[in-house]
Amino acid sequence: MKKSRMHLMLCAGTGCVSNGSFRIKADLEQELGKHELQDEIAVVMTGCNGFCAQGPVMVVQPDNIFYQLLSEKDIPHLVEEHFLKGRPVKRLMYTPSLEKAPVPKMSEIDFFEKQRLIALRNRGMIDPEKIEEAIARGGYRALARALTSMTSQEIIQTVKDSGLRGRGGAGFPTGRKWESAASHHSKEKYIICNADEGDPGAFMDRSIIESDPHSVLEGMAIAGKAVGAGQGYIYIRTEYPLALQRLNLAIKQAMEYGLLGHDILGTGFDFDISVFRGAGAFVCGESSALRASIQGDPPEPFSKQVHATEKGLWEKPTVLNNVETLAIVPEIIKRGAGWFSQIGTETSKGTKVFALVGKVRNTGLVEVPMGITLREIIFDIGGGMENGKAFKAVQTGGPSGGCIPASLLDLPIDYERLTEVGSMMGSGGMIVMDEDNCMVDVARYFLEFLRSESCGKCTACREGVDAMYRIVTDICDGKGNQGDIQLLEELSQAVKDGSLCQLGATASNPVLSTLRYFKDEYETHINEQRCPAGVCRALITYTIDAEKCNACLLCVKNCPQQAISGEKGKPQTIDQEKCIKCGVCRDVCRSEAVTVQ
Amino acid sequence: MAKLRPEDLDKITERMKKVMSLREGSGRAKITIHMGTCGISAGARKIMSAVIECVSELDTGDIIITSSGCAGLCSKEPMMTVELEGQAPVKYIDLTEEKVNKIFTEHVMGGKIVADYALAIGSEQAL
Ligand SMILES: Cc1cc2nc3c(=O)[nH]c(=O)nc-3n(C[C@H](O)[C@H](O)[C@H](O)COP(=O)(O)O)c2cc1C
Repeated sequence: MKKSRMHLMLCAGTGCVSNGSFRIKADLEQELGKHELQDEIAVVMTGCNGFCAQGPVMVVQPDNIFYQLLSEKDIPHLVEEHFLKGRPVKRLMYTPSLEKAPVPKMSEIDFFEKQRLIALRNRGMIDPEKIEEAIARGGYRALARALTSMTSQEIIQTVKDSGLRGRGGAGFPTGRKWESAASHHSKEKYIICNADEGDPGAFMDRSIIESDPHSVLEGMAIAGKAVGAGQGYIYIRTEYPLALQRLNLAIKQAMEYGLLGHDILGTGFDFDISVFRGAGAFVCGESSALRASIQGDPPEPFSKQVHATEKGLWEKPTVLNNVETLAIVPEIIKRGAGWFSQIGTETSKGTKVFALVGKVRNTGLVEVPMGITLREIIFDIGGGMENGKAFKAVQTGGPSGGCIPASLLDLPIDYERLTEVGSMMGSGGMIVMDEDNCMVDVARYFLEFLRSESCGKCTACREGVDAMYRIVTDICDGKGNQGDIQLLEELSQAVKDGSLCQLGATASNPVLSTLRYFKDEYETHINEQRCPAGVCRALITYTIDAEKCNACLLCVKNCPQQAISGEKGKPQTIDQEKCIKCGVCRDVCRSEAVTVQ
Repeated sequence: MAKLRPEDLDKITERMKKVMSLREGSGRAKITIHMGTCGISAGARKIMSAVIECVSELDTGDIIITSSGCAGLCSKEPMMTVELEGQAPVKYIDLTEEKVNKIFTEHVMGGKIVADYALAIGSEQAL
């Protein structure tokens, strides 16, 4: 085999694929062929690189050069200049801001610099469809160790000592969960991997599976050995076709190599994994609903008087862990509990993957040590606010989480601290909002999501969330009443008390946290029928500032309602009867003459 | 496919090493071939092939081959730079395939600089 001198690590995560990375691949191969470089330079399709905002992205190794926003027309020039003549192309590199020079090396880009990769240790380094590459990066070593030189108790003790807590939301100590399942005797036990990932805007688990499926399989097999289970299930939503495909392939390859299935690594341990496809209901991520779904019952949560670790799936002892939790396990077994527990804070060890989205410059997937501050994530890694607007709040924890205001930006992140400020870790969604976001509207958005995702079993959740949604919608529509805020607070408590599962129990968090930090916005909507952020359509009017308008007529041409008119060469005006408040006029105006009130 | 034993994991890793070390940018030796237009017209492509040939034959997996632009000494092309871990880079000039073979055995593998073909030692900025 001839040695390639260069590997082009082209991102094939879902984001980059939808931006055309497979077309880029075809063009790269064609151009490399033209210069007869096809034997010297290999194109490798990797899992999600994380810097999704800049996709399609590609990292050139061994030099670690990062290219972004690639399009097919860039390829001939890139191949000739860099891959043939060895001159990296600056134009395609990341440039932090207009005044700054392009940064050639990936490791020097601010977005990557502060990250610490444990769960995502192989991202961008391997082709997830080749098991040999995962093995070459240390894959399945932890399983070999667990099977050949550790007892079940030792594995459990190591995971307990590491301080690992569940990454799926609740943060339950993983070692304790395993210990409990191990203590119940049964011929059949189950390990379930929760890859339902229903939070809007979350894509951590999808990316882990897409970039390194073997890390999850290995974690499950280690869990199986620890608790004495021979069967694993991965519950994953059908909306993740690429992750599903890579998962199935990974299982097949691991079976062929004897790393799953019968007599793993010749040690006598058997462990099988089946993939179960969910239909994408949010509630299916909840542990009891998820089990019901696998058993073929309606996915409704039920009361958990008996722990799943005693009577779970098919009434057998069951461990349910999140994708990220399981992907971390092999590293702990390999490097030891002490290595892991020195990262993070007193109560929260290790790293956490966050999906950083919203009004921040560098959106994407980031893995950071626990204890890092929100400010570091948003301003250092995230590159600060988009378009230079002012930071207003960050929403963490998905629909069960809350909004954290600017005054708490220096909060070090861990499970307890996020809960204290009225939000939560959740699965790691992080939505950044600026002065143009209305916090009442944000609460309305999450209530709308929860209202349609409530399974309807508990009256308090089914009716209560809907009632809260209607009240908040009225407030957004300028039909709010005195006393609404108090009613919302009372309803929140009632829904919390009367719901079986955490979907209902936490459904009021988006309302309560926005009330806690942004009560004035609610009051302005109710008392003055005004939306300070200029979002709620019923409460705003668009007008054209005659002083600033230079009669370029761009707004006139773009208005879908033909609501703007005026004399030629004179300032234009908006007909409020016709205006639907879509905001197009403000977006297109170059002289900032369109104001919203 | 044969079922693996624990020790087979290391064998696969060893076999994959030359692929992976390249991605990790780690290696005992780094060979840079200067591929400016001048270099290419002076035969740098052939030099590149010869280097790849040498590395493939040896199969050690810890040598990185890369290319860079014109080094500013067009009259001395084709050129390459050899950099052993922890040592100053050495630039070789007026290369032929035979010279490459000799440099490879003596310097890259043997650690002894081939002074006859070298331009200057350490006069190089980091590439
Ligand atoms: C409504 C609802 C949805 C949930 N969705 C998910 C999910 O998509 N993925 C996940 O891992 N956990 C989800 N959870 C949390 C799980 O119930 C459970 O705590 C978790 O999977 C346990 O794994 P861990 O200990 O490794 O975090 C959800 C919980 C609720 C109440």
